[in-house]
Amino acid sequence: MAAEPFLEVKDLKISFPTDDGLVKSVDGLSFRLERGKTLGIVGESGSGKSVTSLGILGLHNKRNAQVSGQIWLDGEELVSAAPETVRALRGAKMAMIFQDPLSSMHPFYSIGHQIIEAYRVHHRVSKQVARKHAIDMLGRVGIPQPARRVDDYPHQFSGGMRQRAMIAMALVNDPQLLIADEPTTALDVTVQAQILDLMHNLQEEFNSALIVITHDLGVVAELADEVLVMYGGRCIEYGTARTIFEEPEHPYTWGLLGSMPRIDRPNLDRLVPIPGLPPSLINLPSGCAFHPRCAYEPRTGGLGTTLTPELTVAGRPGHLVRCHLPTAERQRIWREEVKPKLEAQ
Amino acid sequence: MITYIIRRLLAAVVLLFIVSAAVFAIFYLVPRVVGATPETLATRYVGRAATPETVNLIAHKLGFYDPIWVQYGRWVKGIFLGSEYDYGSGTEHCPAPCFGYSFITRQPVWPDLLDRLPVTLSLAVGAALLWAFFGVSTGVISALRRGSLLDRAAMTVSLAGVSMPIFFTGLIGLLVFSYKLGWTASGGSYTPFTENPADWFYALLLPWIVLAFQFSAQYARLTRAGMLETLGEDYIRTARAKGLPESAVNVRHGLRAALTPLLTIFGLDFGLLLGGAVLTEQVFSLPGLGKYAVDAITNNDLPKVLGVTMMAALFVVVANLIVDLLYAVVDPRVRIS
Repeated sequence: MAAEPFLEVKDLKISFPTDDGLVKSVDGLSFRLERGKTLGIVGESGSGKSVTSLGILGLHNKRNAQVSGQIWLDGEELVSAAPETVRALRGAKMAMIFQDPLSSMHPFYSIGHQIIEAYRVHHRVSKQVARKHAIDMLGRVGIPQPARRVDDYPHQFSGGMRQRAMIAMALVNDPQLLIADEPTTALDVTVQAQILDLMHNLQEEFNSALIVITHDLGVVAELADEVLVMYGGRCIEYGTARTIFEEPEHPYTWGLLGSMPRIDRPNLDRLVPIPGLPPSLINLPSGCAFHPRCAYEPRTGGLGTTLTPELTVAGRPGHLVRCHLPTAERQRIWREEVKPKLEAQ
Repeated sequence: MITYIIRRLLAAVVLLFIVSAAVFAIFYLVPRVVGATPETLATRYVGRAATPETVNLIAHKLGFYDPIWVQYGRWVKGIFLGSEYDYGSGTEHCPAPCFGYSFITRQPVWPDLLDRLPVTLSLAVGAALLWAFFGVSTGVISALRRGSLLDRAAMTVSLAGVSMPIFFTGLIGLLVFSYKLGWTASGGSYTPFTENPADWFYALLLPWIVLAFQFSAQYARLTRAGMLETLGEDYIRTARAKGLPESAVNVRHGLRAALTPLLTIFGLDFGLLLGGAVLTEQVFSLPGLGKYAVDAITNNDLPKVLGVTMMAALFVVVANLIVDLLYAVVDPRVRIS
């Protein structure tokens, strides 16, 4: 029998009842991830990326979020598991790196205290042992003089250092699943590259599964083996990083690629934004959620406005696309219309 | 850290001097502006029956004809070094800290203040313990069970507590618990702790509860708001993501941060109370600084009013100073700047 995947998310739905209606942040998301592999989840603000990651860690408040579907982590189902079971896994087997390390670390506790706390939740060791381990971790994420900096407070660290400390805190229990939510968004460009390198190296060292959530395709290009593009709480394209960057088939992905700055191309100033705004998650547009912003919608013969497209296998095995356009037509548009334009940019 | 403490101390001293000058000016200069003469002041010492000559003599001896800053200087000097008072029938030494003599009783003010302080201190400390405990715990429980029946009930009661003045809750409390039920002492039965701790406790029980009720209500609302704000912070999510149990998330990470701003307010409230819980002391006839102040004002007894005002100012400034220093202990971000 085929070994079951390390992480499998099946038909995950997360919605929040509000006074204005039900906000369907994640609507039927499925994916798998193996140890040692990196999945990039890409999308605009409000596409459901972060909600998904918080959902995997079980961080949604049961009182204001409705979660359904299945999340299998190493043979254990998390959605139906007792909160205490998920809590014990949190920080130990699965950990998370948050976006803004300044607001994500407690301002009143030293970096060391926060790392020691994270370690001692899951290990019955003395403070001295935990402290040694914390110093060791800080050293491994590249903080100079860790034995001295361990007693510093978050505000005494620079942005990049804080993100390193945050990574040290997430990795202190050797988690097998690491989720990084916009890990470099709050950082300087020069520091971004260092942090990405660090995450890549640490992932290889720990052989953990990594989910990188970002709106920055550059980060995805740097780290991801597979890419999941989200739009309006659904997956609209899924494939290997190579496929997504070289043979993307969804018009939205084309739009994302067109709005990404590339140093290796001339005319840096001519980025092409995707017109319109991300859809309302309370009232998704009828038919294909992307149709109001899609330049190719007229070519679907009216299907785009009436029928929600299914996620279907596209050009290659394992490449999934949610679009009404026939595969051959999408490949032709990419080859003949979109790709030349991107390269001419 | 040392320089921070020294800076705060110096600032506190300067502030006290400014307050003293302002207070002195208000009580000695303003009456002059509206037409009081040195003779009117002197009349308060010698009484209306005295001849104009006597009044004039006293006014001279007490220096009421001197410019205001000379008088202020003499008053400040009295506080630090003591002063001599010449009543015509011989001089009287008033040892430092000398706040002068009462117009009415001719008694020095400072020993009076020292007499009254334990009463106010007893009242304030007892009430502060009660309201810190009940206010904060009610606020935390309300925040954690936001929207529940318990939360709504607590917030309704606390709204009532914030809205009802002490002279209302105090009198109702006296009526119900003292006169009708006889559970607590009636007003005016204060006994010093050193004489009889049981009586002391019995006399202060109702004032403590009434005073603490009002503050608890306020602190419950503040704590609840602070907790709700803190629980929405990113670092709370981080604490959960680490796998910490809910209780540790709420207390070590949530409450710790939510309490910090409350510390400032607590210091101010407590400092203010030490200067005299005017309404509470008045309602329950407790012979504390607040009642002393009210009596002094009613009798137009300027030296007493000045003394008790300075005492109150001192407490507020010192409370603030302690809060500032504590803040540096609690919030590491303050230590650096």
